[in-house]
Amino acid sequence: MRELTFLEAIREAQEQEMARDPRVFILGEDVSFNVYGSTGGLADRFGLERVRDTPISESGFTGVAIGAALVGMRPIVDFTIASFMYLAMDQLVSMAAKTAYMYGGQAHVPAVFRAALFYNGGLAAQHSDRNYAMFMQVPGLKIAVPSCPYDAKGLLKTAVRDDDPVLMFEDGALWGSRGEVPQDDYLIPFGQAAVRREGSDVTVVAIGSRVREALTAADTLAREGISLEVIDPRTLVPLDRPTILESVAKTGRALVVDVGHKSCGVAGEILATIAEDGFWSLRAPLRRLTAPDMQIPFSPALEKGFYPDAAQIVDAARRLLRE
Amino acid sequence: MPTPDPATQLEMYRRMLRIRRFDETVKTLFDRGRIPGSVHLSIGQEAEVVGACMALRRDDTMVGNHRSHGHPIGKGAALGPLLAEILGKATGVNGGKGGSMHLADFSVGSLGESSIVGSGLPVAVGAALGAKMQGSDRVCLCFFGDGASNEGYFHEALNMASAWQVPVVFLCENNGYGVTTAFGRISRVPDVAARAAAYGIPGQIVDGQDALAVHAAVGQAVQRARDGAGPSLIEAKTYRYPHHSEGPLYDAIAYRDASELAAWQARDPLPLFARHLEDTGIADAATLTGIEQAIAAEVAAALEFAQQSPWPDPAEAHRGLYRTPIAGFDHA
Ligand SMILES: Cc1ncc(C[n+]2csc(CCOP(=O)(O)OP(=O)(O)O)c2C)c(N)n1
Repeated sequence: MRELTFLEAIREAQEQEMARDPRVFILGEDVSFNVYGSTGGLADRFGLERVRDTPISESGFTGVAIGAALVGMRPIVDFTIASFMYLAMDQLVSMAAKTAYMYGGQAHVPAVFRAALFYNGGLAAQHSDRNYAMFMQVPGLKIAVPSCPYDAKGLLKTAVRDDDPVLMFEDGALWGSRGEVPQDDYLIPFGQAAVRREGSDVTVVAIGSRVREALTAADTLAREGISLEVIDPRTLVPLDRPTILESVAKTGRALVVDVGHKSCGVAGEILATIAEDGFWSLRAPLRRLTAPDMQIPFSPALEKGFYPDAAQIVDAARRLLRE
Repeated sequence: MPTPDPATQLEMYRRMLRIRRFDETVKTLFDRGRIPGSVHLSIGQEAEVVGACMALRRDDTMVGNHRSHGHPIGKGAALGPLLAEILGKATGVNGGKGGSMHLADFSVGSLGESSIVGSGLPVAVGAALGAKMQGSDRVCLCFFGDGASNEGYFHEALNMASAWQVPVVFLCENNGYGVTTAFGRISRVPDVAARAAAYGIPGQIVDGQDALAVHAAVGQAVQRARDGAGPSLIEAKTYRYPHHSEGPLYDAIAYRDASELAAWQARDPLPLFARHLEDTGIADAATLTGIEQAIAAEVAAALEFAQQSPWPDPAEAHRGLYRTPIAGFDHA
């Protein structure tokens, strides 16, 4: 089958959705010139009305997307880097997330907000945020974090057709990665985790690019006779808790791997679920591997080691089996 | 803009009176402890609200703010569901999920009210942009206060609307104060309308106590927007008689003179408009009394409806977060 990069998969999803539905349009800084590579050719095909370059006004254009959604459009907002979502925090939290509820169902906000995670790139503290966990605190948003090109396309298409506001976080570590992506139309439902590899000794729940690290770790450990089950939640809201609990019921051990910060993070949330509803199947303490609760330094020498990798997963899994 | 016909002028008077009586009723209910949360009344501002709203078609849209009981009424919304919402009843426009600061009646184009100051400005731009992209000629009217004009939102929204020639009309309701802070104390430029120059759009000051003047100015801006010529900024100079919100909080703070209030009350938009209707022969005293009585009955019926309405089912609190429900979040 044909292979695409992660970015090409996102581009194709947008192109197909725009062709399918005239209500879909893209809004963001420098989108017509395709600076970041996910909108190539779209302005030529659909025109500058539907591939709309905005001023550098993050809260403003987020509000514009919400207003357009209120009157029946289906905007896709491109924040480029997830760190810039902070400028639009009020619109995302006070408006996008609350409108359907607060107005008693008279309206809903079918908008997609795309944001790239650019950690591990020497961009220092203000451009390296992995901030999906912050938005998990906000009821009313849906959150997708694809881990491969196939999922990027399928989840983005689902996001565009979903009637609620969806934040899609695109892990920059995956941008160049290639994978099989069918040309045709397919959707990946929200709230269905993928079991990327079946195993019997340790459940590893990995987010975004960490799925790849977990699979590498699983290969290494398989040679020692240790069997990892690797679960990719794909969407954090809704979170597929049943699949995670089912896996832990089988393995009795759980490790969550995330490039986000530790405190009040995705890993903590998943482990809390296991502690609450899967406690009696546990044979070892719950463990998480995350970035430290620290801002991101500039120098590669300093940033090195901030994000859990395959080697750390291997170590952690071995320790869990000894515990 | 031609002067509205006599029937329209009578309807303007009705809507102004409706807003006045509605807000007076809300105040009574608040004073009796019947209203949860805070209420912000627009008594004194009825002329600019109605003058602006009635320059719109029913299918045009409108975005309000925290001081927005009057905006949907001006746009033609029924009173009962609005009052029920303010009391938190199941029959409220938002089913009791929004209350005083978030009244929304999409059936008359009222797209809701945000209580985060300034945040409705870009939403209005988006509603107008959406209409334009849909090939319709619908316009969006955006109400905001002088206080909101100092939020960054103001700049971003006006700049985008102007750059893209979006059919939106920005109406600044300058009632002189943001809570207790006089506009002159936090802006070296005395008029919000002057800022239009920075965006290359028309900026106009209008007497906010004169419903016809506001109607003419907004009507012209609406026509301009409908014709594809882009946004306008209109500043209605007006005044609220009550404090920022109800309750004892502001009574002890001397942030404005009694003489200032009296001067504005001398130009109360309701008697001003009533006199105009009489002077032009559109209505005689008997007609005006008839309108008074009809509105009083309407408000009484709305009050009866709201008070008799049931409370929402508590389970409703857990519904409606998502349009497409999610297990664990949303018990649809
Ligand atoms: C972002 C934000 N900051 C502060 C407040 C508190 N607040 C509510 S209304 C208000 C004054 C708004 O003044 P203005 O926009 O002129 O409207 P007015 O109340 O005069 O109608 C303030 C400061 C708020 N709701 N939102």
